[in-house]
Amino acid sequence: MSASQAKPKARPARGERVPAPKTRVLVCESTACASAKSAEIRAALEEAVVRLGFGDRIEVGFTGCHGFCQKGPIVVVEPEGIFYCQVKPADANEIAESHLAGGQPVKRLFYRHPVTKEAVPRYEDIVFYKNQQRVILRNCGAINPEKIADYEDRGGYQGLEKAVTAMTPEQVVEDVKRSGLRGRGGAGFPTWRKWDICRRQPGEEKYVICNANESAPGAFMDRSLLEADPHTVIEGLAILGFAVGASRGFIYCRAEYSLAAKRARTAIDQALGRTYLGKKILGSKFHFDVEVFEGGGTFVSGEETALLSSLEGSRSMPRSRPPFPAVEGLWGKPTIIDNIKTLACVPSIISRGADWFASIGTAKSPGTAVFSLTGKIANSGLAEVPMGTRLSTLIYDIGGGIPNKKSLKAVQTGGPSGGFLPGGKIEIPLDFDSLQEAGSIMGSSGIMVMDEDTCMVDAARVFLSFTQSESCGKCVACRVGTRHMVGLLDKIASGRGAEEDLAKLEKLGRIVRNSSLCGLGQTAPLPVLTALKYFRSEFIAHVADKRCPAAVCRELVTFRIIPDRCTGCQMCVKVCPTKAISGPRSQPHNLDQSKCIKCRSCYEVCKFDAVAGEAIIIVS
Amino acid sequence: MATRMPGAVQQIIRERRKGLLPLLKKAQETEGFLSRETIRLISRKLRVSENEIYGVATFYPQFRFQPPGRNHIQVCLGNACHVGGAPNFMEAMKIEKNLAHGETTPDRKFSLEGVGCLGCCAIAPVVVVNNEVHGRMNRVTFMRLVESLDSPEKPS
Repeated sequence: MSASQAKPKARPARGERVPAPKTRVLVCESTACASAKSAEIRAALEEAVVRLGFGDRIEVGFTGCHGFCQKGPIVVVEPEGIFYCQVKPADANEIAESHLAGGQPVKRLFYRHPVTKEAVPRYEDIVFYKNQQRVILRNCGAINPEKIADYEDRGGYQGLEKAVTAMTPEQVVEDVKRSGLRGRGGAGFPTWRKWDICRRQPGEEKYVICNANESAPGAFMDRSLLEADPHTVIEGLAILGFAVGASRGFIYCRAEYSLAAKRARTAIDQALGRTYLGKKILGSKFHFDVEVFEGGGTFVSGEETALLSSLEGSRSMPRSRPPFPAVEGLWGKPTIIDNIKTLACVPSIISRGADWFASIGTAKSPGTAVFSLTGKIANSGLAEVPMGTRLSTLIYDIGGGIPNKKSLKAVQTGGPSGGFLPGGKIEIPLDFDSLQEAGSIMGSSGIMVMDEDTCMVDAARVFLSFTQSESCGKCVACRVGTRHMVGLLDKIASGRGAEEDLAKLEKLGRIVRNSSLCGLGQTAPLPVLTALKYFRSEFIAHVADKRCPAAVCRELVTFRIIPDRCTGCQMCVKVCPTKAISGPRSQPHNLDQSKCIKCRSCYEVCKFDAVAGEAIIIVS
Repeated sequence: MATRMPGAVQQIIRERRKGLLPLLKKAQETEGFLSRETIRLISRKLRVSENEIYGVATFYPQFRFQPPGRNHIQVCLGNACHVGGAPNFMEAMKIEKNLAHGETTPDRKFSLEGVGCLGCCAIAPVVVVNNEVHGRMNRVTFMRLVESLDSPEKPS
């Protein structure tokens, strides 16, 4: 039950701002921040505010994801826009007493610039946010996702209102066409074309589906969006339903994202209560219902026809196309499946106009794209930038560069099945066509940054093992081919590979790419093929010299203790599972190579907990 | 299947079949796993054969067919966590507790599951113990966490 339903209060007409905003303390309660006890922080803040007697003047609330999960839990104080990061429940009192009561913000909790170490108090001055342009994530972190009034105050449901009361379905499709919106699921198909095909299909029974089955490791924008701003998705889906003539919609969400599903259900109930959904929406003749369907959490379910099979209660396997779902989809009826980010663009396109949207980004790929920056990068999180922004801008200006004075080695775009781009290619503009030309894909928009410590053989193996285990097994090329490729990579990584294995890998990769039915198989070999193309020397080092230049591949490395650095603190002796390390206290320890299983425990404990620190090194 | 069935009849059949995944999910939430009895019951109620239900349920990694332990440990094996050393956690459990993916210890104290990306990549590597997310783990902190569950002072 949401707070807004429990406590109805007068609110200004939609679109108007509250005249004198009172101080609001907003705690992020998305999955990542919640794991660091943000609910406790909020409770402590609420308690402190009441204790200090500010209960009526200061509101403590919560929001969805700010996209900067690495720095979580995040607390924002409005209207000043003071941004606190990595807050602990114990810090709540200090924030309340020093900042809220005394007017002195707590400097200790400010975000610090990764390079200059300068404290940045305000939200909008942080480089991570300063260079972003938020269209899809416009409300994320700014509203309480369980309060429909917050969404309405920021112009919510105006797009739907305009569509159902002042426009025809043809005009809606026409607007989307003029905006140039392309599917944000990765393939970049013009959204209006699908809508138009579906709209022209005869019959009353049509379905629309929001694809939020984000299972690509490294990408979490769908989860963040649904957790932080579920109403935008519902509004987009309702507009789509109106445009194509469907009266039933589904939000297909991954089973693992339980909080996202819960927030979406709450939002649907609220929207029903205000006639944004249900019968006679906003007084028009349009009926539309939405339900949340929690899928089984497989990667392949993100493929549209596989998603349909899953929704119909079967194994999630793709079907051959044509017929396309827009003609024959769910239960054989015309169905549109749009990615959640595509749908999140729609309300703004209708309310602010197609020309506004088309003016953002590039001519061929208008609008913005949300990237999730992960890996070896100073600021990891969600960044939304106009299409055509250079990859280097994303990595260095928004991402803050590579930490620990390391250098950039490779960037993988498009999630686990995207290709690697070498450090020399980072000036490439990020849009559908440029990425494809460079041998990678837009895909799930996950961006994985790798530094010099990454082994490309190992990276290719990790990504391929993922797609291999997620292959649904329908096509032989994908099911058997990826398995053999992983086998070959295992062989190379363990030093048993031969030079001709590289040619075998390339050949197999081409076969899998060309003879698989769906996008999973067609893109699965990309990491291997691009790694072989741009980092061939590393593969040669593994097969010819039996060395792993980055000292990652387990069977090709050894662990050593540097006697000069070791203080004999015995931390590593305690954690070693095979008792390979020995030595008395306060004297350099010995590592028995014959017992070492290379599990990294000693390396990690030395790096983080030991007195000396980094006395254990890994060499190839 | 007859193609000329009245629309309303077709709709009932479809909705019934569509309910399969949510039903399996609900059953697992209540019981902790999918027992043979549950599957038989669902089969009767939905009029879908048991074979078919097993076919669907085994396709999706979220379904378990054995009861979980009192402490259910899920190790995220998504790419960001993998690069951060998550496979080490699985290995540590194998060495220390002789426990592999999908298994439960004989005393039912622990069960282990390697799962796909949980979407918490910014705080990788991530481990979920009894639905509580723990971020930024390493092998040592992970084993400390496991031992803390094991210790008698903190009964689960």
